[in-house]
Amino acid sequence: MALEQKIKYEGDCDQAFAKWVVSQTGGENLRHCIQCGVCSATCPLSLYMDYTPRRLINLAREGFKKEVLSSLTIWLCSSCYSCRVECPKKIQITDIMYLLKRRAIEEGVYPRRFPIPVLAREFGRMIFMFGRVNETLLVMDLFLRTNWFRFLSMTGLGMNLMRTGRMSLLPDHIKKRGELRKVLSALDSEEKA
Amino acid sequence: MKKHLYFPGCSLKGSGRAYEESFLAVSRALGLEMRELEDWNCCGATAYMSVDETKSYALAGRNLAIAEREDLDVVAPCSACYLVLNKTQHALQDHPELRAKVVKALKAGGLDYKGTVKVRHPLDVMINDVGLDKISKLIKNPLKGLKLASYYGCQIVRPYATFDDQHDPVTMDKLMIAAGAECVPWPLKTRCCGGSLTGTVPDAGLRLAYILIKEAQKRGAGAIVTLCPLCQFNLDGYQDQMAGKYEKVKMPVLYFTQVLGLALGLSESELGIKRGIISAKAALAR
Repeated sequence: MALEQKIKYEGDCDQAFAKWVVSQTGGENLRHCIQCGVCSATCPLSLYMDYTPRRLINLAREGFKKEVLSSLTIWLCSSCYSCRVECPKKIQITDIMYLLKRRAIEEGVYPRRFPIPVLAREFGRMIFMFGRVNETLLVMDLFLRTNWFRFLSMTGLGMNLMRTGRMSLLPDHIKKRGELRKVLSALDSEEKA
Repeated sequence: MKKHLYFPGCSLKGSGRAYEESFLAVSRALGLEMRELEDWNCCGATAYMSVDETKSYALAGRNLAIAEREDLDVVAPCSACYLVLNKTQHALQDHPELRAKVVKALKAGGLDYKGTVKVRHPLDVMINDVGLDKISKLIKNPLKGLKLASYYGCQIVRPYATFDDQHDPVTMDKLMIAAGAECVPWPLKTRCCGGSLTGTVPDAGLRLAYILIKEAQKRGAGAIVTLCPLCQFNLDGYQDQMAGKYEKVKMPVLYFTQVLGLALGLSESELGIKRGIISAKAALAR
């Protein structure tokens, strides 16, 4: 029988991670949280989350790195900013979700074939290539990479978009692609330096 | 004719092209000149911020730097574009280190960013620059009997509301009333439509969109009127799937510029009315 430790001691937490969260843009006043739970109450997606926003905030500031980064919560945040507007301590919860998503992608800790990180990555790739996003190609690419079956179930919507002239099959692109790539690549070399 | 720089964003060139068509037609009718921003790029929306923070600000920064070459306001009809461009201005104002990095990267591409541009929403321009008085005088075909649920979605008033209330926005309601329509009272004006979750986590996303349609129906609306291409797409495009999962619903979803355009006497084809997946014919016939 494998035993699992159900309660964590302070020493088990990752203090460096807690410090990192607070050092990021948006995380500055994380420690001001009074755990009132307004964020969880106003969040339209908290009913699907493994940790409600209030609990996630508490876990993040205590350094529960593994729990926070592998949570579904961060990916279910749709960036509606409801929590941020309601928070009495003006904590930028949406931006904390973003910075946790970035860290989770960086460390590769999210469920395999889970569509949201894949979407985010492909979105970035399309921008680097074309400077603009073609919704049709992005969605097709996403389903082919994650869920074939779902792709088939979307054909009805695809036909409707075709019928109403809302689907573009050719990628649109900016003229000065080189200029944009220079800007984005400048930040790559910045990070390495 | 007051001049503006128009920032379309990717959706208004794709699935949201009825928004572009109707927005440009209404702008002309109201005497607003909208010139498309030269060689604009994707704003980054919500997805790119999950990948790279500095790059997503640089991406939006390129658009702002191009706009700065002229002394004109940028008008962004898409909620995600409006938010991201405004958010970039705020972030680069508040965080000098971040600003230094972004300015340096933009310089590498030969671009100069100062942060002087004002990013505005069409609602703001129409209500505060053109004014309700002038708009009311231009109404040729008041849409008597049309009942609308006015839906703002999340990213227009949150988090940087400048021209409307964060909890109970009213600017679109005022325009719809000027157009002769009626706005039913409903409490879901700024509740999330599901965003990109309708595609990525359908169980959650679809439910959010369904809640909005159902409530609009319950309140006696003949159509939902919105100002965001993603909201329009989610509410209009997924009603078949809602029928499979919840119940059969039928609710046309129009852009506020389409409704206003009809009242200004513009034709249905100019306004892209037929681009709705759920036909608005019955609702508009009243």
